[in-house]
Amino acid sequence: MDTLQAPEESEIPGDVELRLQHEPLWRIRVRLMQKSFKANWKLFKRNKVGVVGLVIIIMFAILGIAQPILFATGVWDKRVYDVRTGNDNRERIAEMTVVANVDDVVDPNTQIDRRRLIAEGKNAEIGDVIQRELKHPWPPDRNHLLGTDPNGSDILSQLMFGARAAFGLGLLAATVTVFIATTVGSVAAYFGGWVDSFFMRFADLLLMLPILAVLIVASSFGRFKLWHLAIFLGLLGGFGGTAIVLKSQALSVKVKPFIDAARVAGGNNWRIVTSHLIPNVMPLSFLYVMFSVTGAISSEAVLSFLGLLNIDMSWGLMINKTQSAGYLLNPSTWWLIVPAGLAVTLLAGAFYLAGRGMDEIINPRLRNR
Amino acid sequence: MGRYVFKRFIQMVLLFLVFFALSWIALQAIPGNSIEQQLRLNPNLPPEAITQALERRGLDKPPIEQFWIYTKDFFTGDLGVSWSRYPQPVSSLIAERLPRTVMLFSVALLFQYLVGFQAGKYLAWRRNKRGEMAITIAGVSLFTVFYPWFGLMMILLFAVKLGWVPTNGFIVESIWRDAPLSANRMMMTMFTSLMLVTAFIGLTVWASARLDRPSQRRMVKLGAWVAGIGAFFVYWLTNDNLVYAKDIAVHLVLPVSVLTMVGFAGVMLITRTSMLETMKEDFVLTARAKGLTEAMVRDRHAARTALLPVSTSLVLAVATVIDGGIITESIFGWPGMGQLLLASVVAEDIPVALAAFSFTGILALLGHFAADVLYGVLDPRIRVTSQG
Repeated sequence: MDTLQAPEESEIPGDVELRLQHEPLWRIRVRLMQKSFKANWKLFKRNKVGVVGLVIIIMFAILGIAQPILFATGVWDKRVYDVRTGNDNRERIAEMTVVANVDDVVDPNTQIDRRRLIAEGKNAEIGDVIQRELKHPWPPDRNHLLGTDPNGSDILSQLMFGARAAFGLGLLAATVTVFIATTVGSVAAYFGGWVDSFFMRFADLLLMLPILAVLIVASSFGRFKLWHLAIFLGLLGGFGGTAIVLKSQALSVKVKPFIDAARVAGGNNWRIVTSHLIPNVMPLSFLYVMFSVTGAISSEAVLSFLGLLNIDMSWGLMINKTQSAGYLLNPSTWWLIVPAGLAVTLLAGAFYLAGRGMDEIINPRLRNR
Repeated sequence: MGRYVFKRFIQMVLLFLVFFALSWIALQAIPGNSIEQQLRLNPNLPPEAITQALERRGLDKPPIEQFWIYTKDFFTGDLGVSWSRYPQPVSSLIAERLPRTVMLFSVALLFQYLVGFQAGKYLAWRRNKRGEMAITIAGVSLFTVFYPWFGLMMILLFAVKLGWVPTNGFIVESIWRDAPLSANRMMMTMFTSLMLVTAFIGLTVWASARLDRPSQRRMVKLGAWVAGIGAFFVYWLTNDNLVYAKDIAVHLVLPVSVLTMVGFAGVMLITRTSMLETMKEDFVLTARAKGLTEAMVRDRHAARTALLPVSTSLVLAVATVIDGGIITESIFGWPGMGQLLLASVVAEDIPVALAAFSFTGILALLGHFAADVLYGVLDPRIRVTSQG
């Protein structure tokens, strides 16, 4: 975030130049970064939308970090709370009211039909309250704040694991996307000609691809893991749409006088691209990190929802498993599907909102000054 | 202009050839041959029959030759025969599925753009006032909502809990047992009538802008809406096949509403950005200085110019319909192109998958091309020739 706004020459106080001999250059740079960071943070804070996004991102980050800590400190037992193999086989007794028919059962956690009891060889009158062992999925209680899934595994623990998976995937995919897109965009804009044509036609080709269908084909190549997907999404985005956006930004930087000045001063192409062009494209690149994370998280969730990924646990997979266990369209087991879907929505939305907040800093036309 | 279009056309053809070859290679490279495996799993088939079945599908030849034969057939209009539903030709499969996707998404896109454009206009006009934050948050959460989950929640609420609409599918088969016409035919009739009404209202409203007096304009607009919607209802209520049309319409309600809710926010955000840019232009200031009302400046001066990127995005949205259809159609059990694409890729039914891919690719190419040309036509400031 510290490079969001490249400090302009006029902003350097006069005394900095006087102190140049005494103070090493890096310390001046750090101080300037701090200064621009503070200024940018003030701008960012003004936009409530961005702050909301940032708060949600931090909440999910805490959620993701909390799980290994809970395991390490022994608060959670790995045999019970592990996302895949965990199973709470303790007995949980619930009080159930006896009703006449299966159709009368509104909430299977507090009601049971009489016919089933008779079939099990027990007898009870309608309206009786009986003690009965509760089968998984359990509704939320003290031990399992978000209940358990049909296999007896804890939903909150899965949600936490899913948060780590989403952050890992999203950030890796976004980093790859933006690294490639910045390089490709700057190089294409700077050199122009056939380099430009080649990369832009390639971007057109990637934009044309039906992304979901391509991901389905890619996932059928075998064991498609989370980081494979991240790299794949990163490549698709980096050579595709993001490259086009960053190239147009690089084009507007390329015509600025300081690029000519650098050329006149004898800078070679490599030097001009890496230390003059790219640093000035970077602010927009940071913005696209945010938007790419949103895209990557949603794509992963869709793919694991369709059951096409080979991963331990993720939010999309939680919904997929609910579907395959037949609990999908069952309002009485809401905790199987609501937290996972809400988590995808919130985190993807939060990155988008944070991006919007950053847009107000980066995009001078949106500033209210 | 002509040269630009020609150049783009040549590029498009080349790009499509690359896309076609890449799709074929990718589909061919999927490890394992599921068709052969399926045949071998059948214990009643003697080995000769398997070889024969593979030969009929052209699978005994080396890949290069297969590609050559397939390409030749494809470009002479023969899409081949589906492997997983063996004797059915690919073209008939697509002819069966495509109208359903077209129907669903054209209705949904219509609503998305109507709602989204109005909301975006309002949002930009009220920048930094109360209400902007609430609408933005609501819009962005709908925009970034995990779509399959949202769809399921809506099914849970409106179909399972309230029972207002069916949970999935596009018809109830038992109603159609002795129907005089096929469901696809019915759907095309519905689609045509809907489009005619939309075109009629749209054109009349557009033409009414030329009238001088506001009261006249209002009358004509109102008349167009009443006449269009009235004619639509009269036509359908007196129709003998109303029960079949109703069946399809009832199945359309939920997917269309969900698609509208999810999609309008994107349009809204584009409109907002575009409106904010437009409002800085001098002609808006001029309009204000002339003493026009705020609504007049907003609707007649700013919004019209702001419509440009929105119309481009509509063209691009049409181009990605099949890809987006994969999720929608699998949640709502709508048997359209998206489901066909998903099923054919999973079953490694290469002829069907490749045809669906090509269809998607052609649509995307034409969409991008149309968006570029449209932008140049609508906005005279953009010099198309300088882009080439």
